[in-house]
Amino acid sequence: MKTNDVIFQTVAKIVFFMIIFFAIHLFFAGHYYPGGGFVGGLLTSGAIVLLLLAFDMKTVRRGFPVDFKWLTALGLLFSVGTAAGSLIFNVPFFTHAYDYFQLPLFGKTSLHTAMLFDLGVYLVVIGVTMTIIQTIGESE
Amino acid sequence: MTVTSEVFIAVLLLIGAFLSLVAAFGLIRLPDVYTRNHAASKSATLGVMCILLATFFYFLAADGFFSSRLLLGIAFFFITAPVAGHLISRAAYNSGVKMWDQSVRDDLKDKAKKEAASKR
Repeated sequence: MKTNDVIFQTVAKIVFFMIIFFAIHLFFAGHYYPGGGFVGGLLTSGAIVLLLLAFDMKTVRRGFPVDFKWLTALGLLFSVGTAAGSLIFNVPFFTHAYDYFQLPLFGKTSLHTAMLFDLGVYLVVIGVTMTIIQTIGESE
Repeated sequence: MTVTSEVFIAVLLLIGAFLSLVAAFGLIRLPDVYTRNHAASKSATLGVMCILLATFFYFLAADGFFSSRLLLGIAFFFITAPVAGHLISRAAYNSGVKMWDQSVRDDLKDKAKKEAASKR
């Protein structure tokens, strides 16, 4: 029988955005609530895996034209960069700094350099998970 | 928290738990994959949605906390659970799982046969 995945594919397209937005919410909420880079990254890669299930690998690779190994490297660079950035200001390795800023859209927001470290974790988790899954999926 | 909202939340919770119990009984007592899937995907979905809604109203009434995650969870579950049921029963049909012997109607059978014939 010819496979007809129209229901699954349509729902996957909608649900993908729900998962992605929830993952971004978890990522940004990580400082004050449960969540953070690791869970956010896992949920993001879960959303991409949902697209991999609904469509084939070629379509997904066209939608995300990144090599996920580079994403891992970029994340590690972010983390090490955040940690090493404190050395410039003559404080120990991994010293973080934060302050409150008056942003145009968000109002009073506290920006913390730990978020950059978290961004590194986020990218590494996405990169590693997607690399594992794509490598296993490709092998015959 | 007023008595009205307490009763409302309790009734929602009990309805949700009862519907989940109905789904569990349906899984045990119904004869084949398709009827079981019917029981599980419908009443369990509504049951879980009722429980999530009760949780949402509880935190709204008790702490004044508007939990958008719970609303998102309700919407997510409402979208995905029936599709999961659909995919499971379709996978069962395509891999040739037999229906209950007292089933009266199989509309897909003719179509499957026709496609097999046209392929030949």
